[in-house]
Amino acid sequence: MVSLLEIVIPVEATGLFSYSWLMIAIPMLVSAILLLGGKATDSWGHWLGVLGVLGSLAVALALWITMLGLPVAERAVHVSGFDWVSVGNLNLQAGLLVDQLSILFALLVTGVGSLIFIYSVGYMAHDPNRRLFFAFLNLFIVAMLVLVLADNYLLLFLGWEGVGLASYLLIGFWQGRHSAALAAKKAFVVNRVGDLGLLTAMFTMVGLFGSVNFTDVNQAVGSASTTWLTALGLFLLLAACGKSAQVPLQSWLLDAMEGPTPVSALIHAATMVTAGVYLVVRSHSIYELTAAASLAVCIVGVVTLLAGAWIGSTKDDIKKVLAGSTMSQIGYMMLAAGIGPAGGAFAIFHLFTHGFFKANLFLGAGSVMHAMNDDTDMRHFGALRKVMPWTFVTFGISYLAIIGIPPLAGFYSKDHIVVAAWEQGWYFGLLATLGAGITAFYMTRLMMMTFFGKKRWAEGVHPHESPKILLFPLIVLSIGAIVLGVVLNNAIQYWLAPPTGGHPHSAAWWDIPWQGWVTLLVVLVGVGIGYLMYRGEISYEQPHTINPIVYIGRNDLLADQFNDVVFVRGGGAAAAAVATLDDVIVDGSVRSAGSLAKGIGGALSKLESGYARSYGLTMVIGAIAVGVVLILGRLA
Amino acid sequence: MDNSIPLLTVLGVLPLIFSLIAFAVRGRAGKHVAFVGSLVTMVFGIWIFFAAASNDFSEMVPWIKAIGAWYALSLDGMGRAMVLLSVILVPIVLIAEWTLDSKQTDGHLEPRWGSNVFGALALMVEGFGLFVFMASDVLLFYIFFEATLIPMFFLITGWGGAKRGKAAMKFLLYSLAGGLIMLFAVIGVYAVTAGAGQPSFLIDDFAAIAMSETVQKMLFVGFFIAFAVKAPMVPVHTWLPDTAEQAVPGATALLVGILDKIGTFGMIRICLGMLPGASLWATPLVVVLAVISIIYGAVLAITSTDLLRLVSYTSVSHFGFMVLGIFAFTTSSITGSIFYMLAHGFSSAALFLAVGFLQNRRGSVAIADFGGVREFAPLLAGVFLVSGLATLGLPGTANFAGEFVIMTGAWPRQTAAVAVAVFATVLAAVYVLWAYQRVFTGQPSDEVKKSITSDLDGREKLVIGPLIALLLVFGFFPQPMINVVEQTAVTTMNVVGMTDPLPGSMGGK
Repeated sequence: MVSLLEIVIPVEATGLFSYSWLMIAIPMLVSAILLLGGKATDSWGHWLGVLGVLGSLAVALALWITMLGLPVAERAVHVSGFDWVSVGNLNLQAGLLVDQLSILFALLVTGVGSLIFIYSVGYMAHDPNRRLFFAFLNLFIVAMLVLVLADNYLLLFLGWEGVGLASYLLIGFWQGRHSAALAAKKAFVVNRVGDLGLLTAMFTMVGLFGSVNFTDVNQAVGSASTTWLTALGLFLLLAACGKSAQVPLQSWLLDAMEGPTPVSALIHAATMVTAGVYLVVRSHSIYELTAAASLAVCIVGVVTLLAGAWIGSTKDDIKKVLAGSTMSQIGYMMLAAGIGPAGGAFAIFHLFTHGFFKANLFLGAGSVMHAMNDDTDMRHFGALRKVMPWTFVTFGISYLAIIGIPPLAGFYSKDHIVVAAWEQGWYFGLLATLGAGITAFYMTRLMMMTFFGKKRWAEGVHPHESPKILLFPLIVLSIGAIVLGVVLNNAIQYWLAPPTGGHPHSAAWWDIPWQGWVTLLVVLVGVGIGYLMYRGEISYEQPHTINPIVYIGRNDLLADQFNDVVFVRGGGAAAAAVATLDDVIVDGSVRSAGSLAKGIGGALSKLESGYARSYGLTMVIGAIAVGVVLILGRLA
Repeated sequence: MDNSIPLLTVLGVLPLIFSLIAFAVRGRAGKHVAFVGSLVTMVFGIWIFFAAASNDFSEMVPWIKAIGAWYALSLDGMGRAMVLLSVILVPIVLIAEWTLDSKQTDGHLEPRWGSNVFGALALMVEGFGLFVFMASDVLLFYIFFEATLIPMFFLITGWGGAKRGKAAMKFLLYSLAGGLIMLFAVIGVYAVTAGAGQPSFLIDDFAAIAMSETVQKMLFVGFFIAFAVKAPMVPVHTWLPDTAEQAVPGATALLVGILDKIGTFGMIRICLGMLPGASLWATPLVVVLAVISIIYGAVLAITSTDLLRLVSYTSVSHFGFMVLGIFAFTTSSITGSIFYMLAHGFSSAALFLAVGFLQNRRGSVAIADFGGVREFAPLLAGVFLVSGLATLGLPGTANFAGEFVIMTGAWPRQTAAVAVAVFATVLAAVYVLWAYQRVFTGQPSDEVKKSITSDLDGREKLVIGPLIALLLVFGFFPQPMINVVEQTAVTTMNVVGMTDPLPGSMGGK
């Protein structure tokens, strides 16, 4: 077992690390104040909300800088918490693990989070419930940090379901809207299907290893049979599919766009939806021992990266294009995570850069919506580059980043994955490259329909550039989208080698393998097709289509239709059948026996006091009396 | 400990005395007496809960020497948890139903009696229930078990919907049927001990006697059926939704929160504690019934069109989890079950009482009569959601701790059963969130606008606040209470003679 040698045993926290929990406690306190403080906090609550995440960011930065100064062997730090449940041979602790992987994620969550919080102050300025919005956002930060900082699967699960709750509350934030309420519920329920996987994975871990602690599990995996390890890998994959909107549990993410756009940017693009990738990478010691489960991860990744791109190519709703794109990009990460130790660091690299450029794209879309009276239909946009120059430029930078134009961030992070996919098998490589081409196509389509061409604005819409508070985050994020690839290209591999079990191989940022050039070529073809197809007239209404590719894409690959037939109608019919069974058979048999008794009782009631209930009560009292008399009789 | 003052007797009698006074003092004053009584009992009960950790309060007085009946009370970990649950819930329910007199809503008949009677009956339920949880003599257990039916019957029939009389009757007949079967088993206990030479109804004495398997099995069946009716298990559950639909939510909260726990309590104390061999024999069937209850209850909760019926079906599902944990025979699964009994007491009460808030405003609990309520009562929406999240077992709430420990503990022994039961966590999300969606979100109808005119008032906050606080405290810090109830699980495991499966026994190389 080679991997056993590489297991990192975290050192106990000292100094600054003993205060790691502050990262979670600060936003938790803020959230509690905003929730319990009620209307009294309305006037300043949003700024307190921003302070909450900034406080968290400050702690994360301080820890990261401290960690940079430590030797590699001391960079994984364990912070003891308390006994959550300890019973029988079950011993579940709540502790934190601050290591290279979790601190990176914490920086992403609080860093991108801070920018999105600032943006939200402006974006939600006219919402009467803005304070509540910030309470929920802080709740999300709390849960997300619990998820990534947990030192065991159970505490991770607390965060996992916590982000699910925050996501539910924020998707359905505008509760008066029926569609928003439906979307929120759908997101939670579909995620719960995934959570079955995490629950059963934990049951299995306790059964196999007597622990759900990362370190314990990593040390003990070698003792389990391959069958159970494969099961464990598949259980965890199910969980990852739910949270990260991977096929077959992807259907909730598109509907989740009902939430306010900053929510889409933070939760449904940059952070929460990538938690599934984190889970798989965190569990790499399990996947290393089961080729079958790893292959399943790769397949899910490839299928989703194509499915998301397909959806993204057919939608006219700007947020839904981006949502399909998110699915697709997470598919890339999942593919990398499934490839094994070499891929884990690349998955996180792409996760990190994607967090920046995708957040930028969503916030940019929010800026556009702000200008277009909350319209999201790209058929009603067009020619916005002149009226919204800052939005256009920042959006354009992240456009170049996501399609993978060197030297922007997405080029490097995606390039590694594509190369690794080619090495894993030519079919994976080919499909990953094809996906990059489709990405270029749908993103070009989005750019053309939104910023170029003729204006197709609805009557009474007068687009204008957004206020500075919305533009500032866009600018910072687009700078990230430019530089992060070159800066992190080598560094992140070395940084993440211990927690992911990877073996970094360094390459200069200008040193691009042949697969990179091929992919770049395919990307340019995709851009070209997108440009040619959408440079002309675009109809204001969505044209009817009989093209099955377009039709299926517009309908989310028919996932809703499938769910409707199988779960809503099929499940509904089954449930109705159970309800009938309960009423007619289970209860009915007793009722008919009852009416028989009632007949007899009715006859008797003429003799007795007349009320069935007094008859019943007499029975109780009689039974007790008889018992007592019998007993007393024995006494004599 | 020297028994100069029989403290456990005092605990059980206290609410009964206040109950009698409340009966006698008519009108508002009686209501106040009952409330004070519940508070006094709560303070004393909480003190007993803590003091029992380091003191043995057992009482044992010969009662009917000839047949070996003892007036014997004692308090183990499980008993302590149930005492705590009972003494906390009763005052909360009394506050929740404080305005019972003025409840004049559609489909509700006039109250049959004054609110002092409601308080008196609630205290009587509490007193009798406490004796059941403290009895260590089977005959004593049985008598108080039956006695709880009387005040509960009047609580159902006195207040609530138009068909409450019928519902109360159904409740009574089901309970009576179970009780009568149990009476035979109680008499059987006498026969067995008498046959062994020394008649005794003491649980400990009985457990020490060797007896034929057939006798054990027969006794088991007698006790188990009674407990299965109480802890509403499919197929003897149908009385609960009918009762919950008609009774006032406060009465249902007492019924489901406290009295139904006697079912699972009895399974541990009597079935496993006295008849371990037969319990093991019956396990396959019981586990199947438990899993059916879990899924069946959850499915029926989804199809419910009435909020009170919905909440009662969730209880059918949750009791299934408790029974599964009990009959999985591991320290953690049994501990989880006892813990869940406590958690469910608080969560079901929270949800029933929150539905009561809706009922008081709208005069209905039909889901179709609502929609968009959050706009007018955001706080009510919030507490309903939090109670619902506890009910669906969100981590961080007490229910999750219970469910998780049950399922983790049961997994090595009952892998298939847990693999099916775990689907209830998805169904739970559906029934809670779909109900929330239909009641609180969307656009309000004119009727909703007219009837939902106020958010929670101070009294209502006082009802729901403590319950939510308890659910969160026991959710984030379950360990202190786990320590309390684990003692019972360890004792029970010893009696049954089972050991916990070791890690790795499930699927090592």
